[in-house]
This record gives sequence, structure tokens and C-alpha cells, in this order.
Amino acid sequence: MQVTSPVRFPLVTGSKTYADITEDICHHVESKPSREWKIAFGISLLVLAYGTYCLAWTWWEGLGVWGLNKTIGWAWDITNFVWWVGIGHAGTLISAILLLFRQKWRTSINRAAEAMTIFAVICAASFILMHMGRPWLAYWALPLPNAFGSLWVNFNSPLVWDVFAISTYFSVSLLFWYIGMIPDLATIRDRATNKVSRFFYGAFSLGWSGSAKTWARYEYVSLILAGLSTPLVLSVHTIVSMDFATSVIPGWHTTIFPPYFVAGAIFSGFAMVQNLMLITRVVYKLEDYITIDHIETMNKIITLTGSIVGIAYITEFFIAWYGGVEYESYAFINRMGGPYWWAYWAMMTCNVISPQLFWSRRLRRSVTFTFFISVVVNIGMWFERFVIIVTSLHRDYLPSSWTMFSPTMYDIGDYIFSFGLFFTLFLLFSKYLPVVNMAEVKGVLRSSSEKLPEKIGGVAKERQTVV
Amino acid sequence: MAALSGKFLVGVYDDDEVILHAIPKIRKEGVKIKEVYTPFPIHGLDHALGHPRTKIGIAAFLFGLTGCACALTLMIWTMGYDWPMIIGGKDFVSFPAFIPITFEATVLFTAFGMAFTFFISNGLKPDPYPQLFDKRATDNKFIMAIDLKKNKLSEEEIIRVLRDNGAEEVNLKQF
Repeated sequence: MQVTSPVRFPLVTGSKTYADITEDICHHVESKPSREWKIAFGISLLVLAYGTYCLAWTWWEGLGVWGLNKTIGWAWDITNFVWWVGIGHAGTLISAILLLFRQKWRTSINRAAEAMTIFAVICAASFILMHMGRPWLAYWALPLPNAFGSLWVNFNSPLVWDVFAISTYFSVSLLFWYIGMIPDLATIRDRATNKVSRFFYGAFSLGWSGSAKTWARYEYVSLILAGLSTPLVLSVHTIVSMDFATSVIPGWHTTIFPPYFVAGAIFSGFAMVQNLMLITRVVYKLEDYITIDHIETMNKIITLTGSIVGIAYITEFFIAWYGGVEYESYAFINRMGGPYWWAYWAMMTCNVISPQLFWSRRLRRSVTFTFFISVVVNIGMWFERFVIIVTSLHRDYLPSSWTMFSPTMYDIGDYIFSFGLFFTLFLLFSKYLPVVNMAEVKGVLRSSSEKLPEKIGGVAKERQTVV
Repeated sequence: MAALSGKFLVGVYDDDEVILHAIPKIRKEGVKIKEVYTPFPIHGLDHALGHPRTKIGIAAFLFGLTGCACALTLMIWTMGYDWPMIIGGKDFVSFPAFIPITFEATVLFTAFGMAFTFFISNGLKPDPYPQLFDKRATDNKFIMAIDLKKNKLSEEEIIRVLRDNGAEEVNLKQF
């Protein structure tokens, strides 16, 4: 049996048995939706409805309803896209990279983090469709011979790479999430008391029996999927960054972009995981599974990635000066002191300074403070993308083309749409699917529980023999 | 997977360590174990039961190779032969630019190919009412199934062996 060092923090507190874990997680799925859930869901639907109206008008009228102009052709749409894709990196990082590193603390947060990833990627994809303006022609991005001959998509273009990267990332993440959920869906199936849930959870659990042979293959499949997802998650944001880095716009044309974007993605993704988990933890009373130590560990990752992002900002600045290219250095001086100085300093404060506060043990173990910093980090990461995209574009080579960007209600409304979509999906997930991976938590219970109960196999029942 | 039929003895265990240590002893007494069902993966269980090592990795590799070949073939054919275009003064077949999509396609084919191999080889398909020996196998119990037809020992004998080796309950299940 595995032995865990006493210096590791316990992953499950409160002397749980296997049956307790099942009960703690499943009863949220089995009980009727609570009043709080209904209110939250209602608000999400209203937000989604308003966003859908704005989006419908954007598509009906065309992209002219946005605040874009001839100098700034990309603004909130791509900012939001990169922001959501970045958030969508934490889930796969937690479940894949931490699995390869044998980080057992991932077990109680990976399910919700992966769900977050999938919903965030859906939101990101919605901005790709939006900024196309004519979403019904989205298939033009696929390698299909067109009607006028066999003109193909340009496989040298990072935008086409992005189509492949995002769609592969979404479908592989969905698959990984689903395969990981099959054993838990079977648990719900075997506890189901009504026909409808018996049928649906039964169908989606694919007749799972938990046999040793299936588990052995399941673990092997999980391991390979994790091995595949690790380079995949790194490739996705690398390719997103190449949308900018392979262009010749000063401020975009930098080789530091891939690692810097990946670090930023993990940074914002973990912040969003914190936001969601801190709320879920309180509402679902999961304090025994998501302990303060879990929160602290995630805060450490936020500090690490935040520091990488900070170093990247400074390196970029240094190279802009050291490289001696006039246009490049102007782009950076303009970022810091030009008309968008406030966006730049908002980014610097939120992303570089705020995570450094987590060097204090008291602050990184404070739930309220963690929640606050997570929100700050997400705001900062939105500004990072805004700064990169808009401030690099708004000063064209020709001073007569210099402009500013001001969002219209449709820019804002389409962003609101993605929030409505994200929270609607997350609320549905948290009600109808198990938010914690029960099978994996049971697997680490023996080695990582704070205190084992007398009988780990659950409530002792009368011995009986039916022959 | 073939439908189960016949009479089975079902040993119910409370503890993953107990069942793991019981398996070699039970097998030593000449009882043939059909399969063990657990709520979470137990390391060493398939080895104790004498299951061969899974070959799904080979399938995964072959799917990956297919994905890699498909992506490269498509890109080299379209960009180099079917409709060559000069883009940025580069070669028609500019291999470094093909790496990202080749990688993504390799991952995509491997992941889905392997997942469906896994589903098919384990008989996992949408079936709301599967044949289960004990519903608690997905909750907190560890279930050992023994096919009476395939065992030479008598029913009573097997029950005694299971009981001696830590089974909490022994039930009879007929499909």
C-alpha cells in the first residue's frame, strides 16, 4: 500500500467512510433544486436572455454595431475569446498535468475544474463565431474544397491552426471529463429511486460495473489521455498566442508570447477555479473535501504563474528597448504612458502586484481574501488581453489613422452573453452531475484521510447469508 | 460483453485491503474467481486476479499514427499538389508550418480511437439496466463474483473459503 509522508496535508477531513463520500456528493444530485439554486439559475437565464438579444442583433445587423473602426479591427471580441480560452486551461492542467505529477489533491477539484474548462471553451468558441460576422459561413474555416474549384484553407495560417487546436482541445477535454465521470454516473444510477433518473444516468454510465478489468483499462486510458492532454493544453494557448506573434504588428511580434500566454492562462484559470470552488464549497458544504489546504495550494500556483507573467511583462519591455526597433519601443512606451495608460496599470496592478500578497500565509489561507484576489486576477487578465490587442492596434503607422476604441452596448452585451452562458451551464452541471470525483476521492481516502473511521467500508450491516 | 447467465456466488467485502489480500488465498484453495467489482481502482487487483496486461496502448499508438499520417497527407496534398499557392514566399510544402495541425490531429485520433476501443473492449454501451451482481459495488462494497458452473468445488465449500477469507456476506445470484 502507498505510504504518504506525514508532512502532506490531509486531503479528506472528518473521518469519512466510502459510503459517506457517496452520500455527501450524491444527495445534491438526488435532492430537489434548492431555492438558492433556483434564484441563481433564474438570474443566469435572465443574463443569458439579454446577451442572446444583443448577440442576435449583432448577427442580424452585422459587426458594424460593435465599436470597431478601420484602425482597430479586433477589440473586445478577441479579448474575450483569449480570456475565456485562458480560463479554460486550468481544468485540464489540474486533471492532466497534476495527474502525471501524482498530485493527489487534484482529486476533489478536478471534476468541477474540468467542467469549468469545457464551459469556458464553449464561451470562447462563441466569440470566434461572433467575430466572423457571418456565423453560417463558419465552415469556411474547415479544410473543405469550395464550390469554385479546389481552393483550400491556408494551412500556414495560425488562424487555421487555431481552428484545429480549439476544436481538438474542446473535444478531447469533453471526452476526458466524460470518461472520468462514468463510474460516478454509475453510482448515481445504482442509487436512483425514480425511473427517469435511473434511465438517464443508466444510459450515460454505459452499463459500468466497476470490474477489475474495466478499472485497469480505465486507469490506463486516463493515463494516456493525461499524457496527451498535457502537451495539448500547452499547444492550445501557444497557438492562440501565435495568432498575434506571427503577425508584424509592433507589440504582437514577440517570441516570448507562447510561454507567456500559457502562464497567463493557467494563472487566470486557477483564479476562476477558486471563484467557482469557493462558492460551491460553501453552498454544498464540501469543506471536508476542499479544505483550506487545497485553497492554499491553488494560491501557490496562482503566485507562481502570476510571477511568471510579471517577469514576461518586464522581459517584453526590456527587449523592446534592447532590440532597438523604434516601432516596437514606441508600442511599449505608448502602452505604459499613452492614452491607454489606465488599462496598462490596471493589468500591472492586478496581475503582478496582487498575487504577491499571497506570500503571506495568513492571506493565502483566508477564504474571503482568496475570493477577492481571484476576482482581481480575472479582471487583470482581461485587461492584459485588452492591452495587447487594442493598444497595439490603436496607433497605426500613419498618425492620421490614430484612434481610440469605445465599446457599444453590443460589445458589452455580447460579453454579458458569455457570462450568462457560462453560469447557466455551470449551475446545470452543479445540480445534475456529481461535482466531486467520488471514485478518485475514495481511491485516496485510505492514504490521505485526516483520520480513518473504524470501518472504512461503511456502516456495518447485519451479516446475512442467503443460500 | 456476453450476457451473464447461471448461478453465481457473490462475496461482499467491506475493505479494499482485505479483498486484495484474500484473492491469492482464495485462488490457492482452488476457487476460480470470475471477476471483482470495486467502487474505485485498486492497484494490484488485476495482477492478483491474473488478468493479462491491457494492450490498449498499442491501439492508442496506431490511432495516433493514423491521425499523424492523415493530417500530413491532407496538408501536403492540398498545399503542395492540388492547389499550390505562394504564401509569404515560402515553399509550397513548408513543413514547420504543418507541425501544429499534425500534432492536434494525432492527439484527436489517439484520444477518440483509444476511448472507443476502451468502450468496445469492455462492452460499455448505453444500457440503463445492466446485469450487476451487487449495486453496492459502485458505493462502498467490494464484490467478488464466482461462477458455480466453472468451479469444481461445491457451493458450501466455496462459501466456507470466502467466509474464512474475510467476506462479510455471501449471496447467491442467479441471472
